[in-house]
Amino acid sequence: MDVSLDNFLSSAISIAFHGLAQAMVLYLISVGLSITMGLMGFVNLAHGAFAMAGGYAMTTLMNRYDVPFVFAVAAAVAVGVIIGLVLERLLYRRLYGGDELDQVLMTIGLIFVTVGAATYFWGPVAQPMRPPAALSGQLEFASRQFPVYRTFLICCGAVLVTALWLGLERTRFGAQVRAAVDNNRMAQAIGINTSQLFAITFTLGSGLAALGGALGADLLAIKTDYALENLVYFLIVVAVGGLGSIRGPFVAAVLVGTADTAFKYTAPEFGAFFIYALTMVLLLWRPNGLFGRA
Amino acid sequence: MMETPAKETPSKPGDVLDAFARRHRFRALEVLPWLVAAASYFIFPDYLALGAQILATIVFALSVDLILGYAGIVTLGHAAFFGAGAYTAGILAANGWGEPISGLLAAAAVAAVLGVATGAIILRTTGLTLLMQTLVIATMLLELANKAGQWTGGADGLQGMQVWPIFGAFRFDLFGKTAFLYCFAVLLICWLIVRAIAYSPFGRSLTGIRDNVKRMHAIGSPVNRRLLIAYTISASLAGISGALIAQTTQFVGLGVLSLERSGTVLIMLIIGGVGQLYGAFIGVPLYMIAQDRFATIDPVYWYFWIGLFMIFMVVFARGGVLGAIERVKLWYRASIGARK
Amino acid sequence: MSALDLETQGLHKNFGALIVASNIDFRLEHGARHALIGPNGAGKTTFVNLVTGALRPSAGRILLGGQDITHQPQAARVKRGLVRTYQINALFRRLSVLENVTLAISERDGIAGNFFRPAGHYRAAIAEAYALLESLGLADEALRPVNELAYGRQRLTEIAVSLGLKPKVLLLDEPAAGVPSGETGAIIDMIERLPADIALLIIEHDMDLVFRLAKRITVLVQGSVLVEGPPKEIAANEQVRQVYLGERAHT
Repeated sequence: MDVSLDNFLSSAISIAFHGLAQAMVLYLISVGLSITMGLMGFVNLAHGAFAMAGGYAMTTLMNRYDVPFVFAVAAAVAVGVIIGLVLERLLYRRLYGGDELDQVLMTIGLIFVTVGAATYFWGPVAQPMRPPAALSGQLEFASRQFPVYRTFLICCGAVLVTALWLGLERTRFGAQVRAAVDNNRMAQAIGINTSQLFAITFTLGSGLAALGGALGADLLAIKTDYALENLVYFLIVVAVGGLGSIRGPFVAAVLVGTADTAFKYTAPEFGAFFIYALTMVLLLWRPNGLFGRA
Repeated sequence: MMETPAKETPSKPGDVLDAFARRHRFRALEVLPWLVAAASYFIFPDYLALGAQILATIVFALSVDLILGYAGIVTLGHAAFFGAGAYTAGILAANGWGEPISGLLAAAAVAAVLGVATGAIILRTTGLTLLMQTLVIATMLLELANKAGQWTGGADGLQGMQVWPIFGAFRFDLFGKTAFLYCFAVLLICWLIVRAIAYSPFGRSLTGIRDNVKRMHAIGSPVNRRLLIAYTISASLAGISGALIAQTTQFVGLGVLSLERSGTVLIMLIIGGVGQLYGAFIGVPLYMIAQDRFATIDPVYWYFWIGLFMIFMVVFARGGVLGAIERVKLWYRASIGARK
Repeated sequence: MSALDLETQGLHKNFGALIVASNIDFRLEHGARHALIGPNGAGKTTFVNLVTGALRPSAGRILLGGQDITHQPQAARVKRGLVRTYQINALFRRLSVLENVTLAISERDGIAGNFFRPAGHYRAAIAEAYALLESLGLADEALRPVNELAYGRQRLTEIAVSLGLKPKVLLLDEPAAGVPSGETGAIIDMIERLPADIALLIIEHDMDLVFRLAKRITVLVQGSVLVEGPPKEIAANEQVRQVYLGERAHT
């Protein structure tokens, strides 16, 4: 009796822990998408490409050039920011307020381009990721073992969501973002430069995605069809969380991350089926997401 | 200051009414795609298998154009219906019932049921939520097909399909002749159906829904019912397309339910032009022939170039080939008018 | 048979603490020519949204021809003859002027759901739509897409669409809004020529228009009715002057 309770508890904690780590990666990547979609109503299916770019940058620097972890991650973020800035100016800006179909098609095209480009430069094999020595190994806590790197991911996630929340609630920039998400035309009417706001937010979002892709390279393998393969999960987090929100994607990511891990552990024959079913139900109940605006 | 090109405005009320009321009449130019298809049968005897695939995929593209171009519903999950039809026809043929026509009708029915069931649930939503739901449904079906191995063959695909000769007489031959003619006939029927719908009051109301759904409610239109009917018909046609592919290749793989399948049909439509009935006839052959050529040259980088092409199209060439033709026509008329 | 074509009793709508419609009692008589005025943000369009069913009330009742329609969906109210226009044109932009009106008439006649015969076969509906366009001077542009028309002509199309529904109660939301002053004449003309048995409610800011067209005026301020009466009384009312008309007196 005692043994099975202990096993159950062990499993539950393990699932919760790994699920939370996965959730943090999903969150890091998706939060930028939620804000930019809420801000400009732009359906950006290619968002995962920024995460992929960050992942490739970091793994290449670490594996091929022995760059230390911290610098590699910083470089990954820089890559995400630069690509985001360039693409926003060149491409995305042309389709604001446009047809949903145009946005879907352009971003699908962008995904395809990234698949081709990634295949050209890195080939079809997934990029391995080895966490630095300082973050490897196991942590001992309450007579259980927890992988250090996963703990690190969870801490990153917690720090980030706090920082973002503070940024959104306490800074002037954040106030402008909230205003523009609420009512774009009104925000423009009171003098907020929404176009510039979006460029900055988009760039930030891309940088965050690159960070998520880099840090999470262990969980979401960096390979050529990264943007396609993980698209559904990113979109689920954003849609279920609610557009234009910081908290929404966090809650949704935790739900998805832990549920996914739980189902894969308890009913692996069904894979992600239950996640999709859960998503459908949640979207039917709350079409604007858990924290979205009507 | 509201000059219309001289050729455009009829002078008498009767002319206006006639012009408006005769939009649905068959025009000579509409025979062109059929002539091209028929000619292909004789000119390219080595490519009939590809030709049959193209014809079947045009049915799929037509089904998407019906809800996308006419009703304005963006979907990333239409492969759900395509795949449902493919597996229906496939499972029937692999389990003793290989009669093609009834297999086709069964596929249409299954896809229609799936369409009305999912449509009733999700068509009330819009925008990203709707897009997500279509994506999620197709992905769920993919997972199901993957796991239900004893019926679908799982990741290896459905083996052992035995499709009987059509009407007991026309065997599916190795050269693809029967397949080509079979797909040609089915496409012809499906096209007539879609064309009739497009020009009917129902089809016109769909364009109203696409253009301004708020106003449709305000003129008393039962919008949700219309959308559901359109979605069901579209699902059924997609199912027919899937069955055609299954029957003519005698194989069904998981790819029939994939995101790639749903995405590429959108690409084909935008190349041809959305919501203009013939976009499918232009975009599908162009895409599939290009892909076929490219696969022999450089299979890995097909995605790169098609992606780049799509971005180019969306940014610079909205409306696809048909849209470009329209623009040329307008420019031509304007320059004629300016010269007068 | 009720002489009141449209009535609201205690119509109330709030979003949390924000009250946008406060206990509105409103009466629109058969054949009325009634105007609804008030400063910006007073809740005039909200009132129309509530009455037509685009917005659900928090409390109160709405009666059309004596029948309670409070919980009926928008499309059902349209079928009973309650029709509105929009302050900003809500037209089928890519479709032609003629098609815009034909769509409305087809819905009214219940033929819009048919898919076995081409739309072109329903000549009666098309002819009726064209006749309506002729009466509004839009016939020359019948086949042009709506988004190619000048704004004033689009506004007329907006009204044509609602007239095609053969309304019993017509709610015009700022019919002259955004129209250059040279083109408002056609719109005013059209309103004056409306059949006498239609009950008409106009939301307007243009006071000349209001005093010219309306037999009764309701003044709405911050979601509640300030006062209601014939134009002369409203013009003389001190409160109204302060709140809305400002310094300019109107006799």
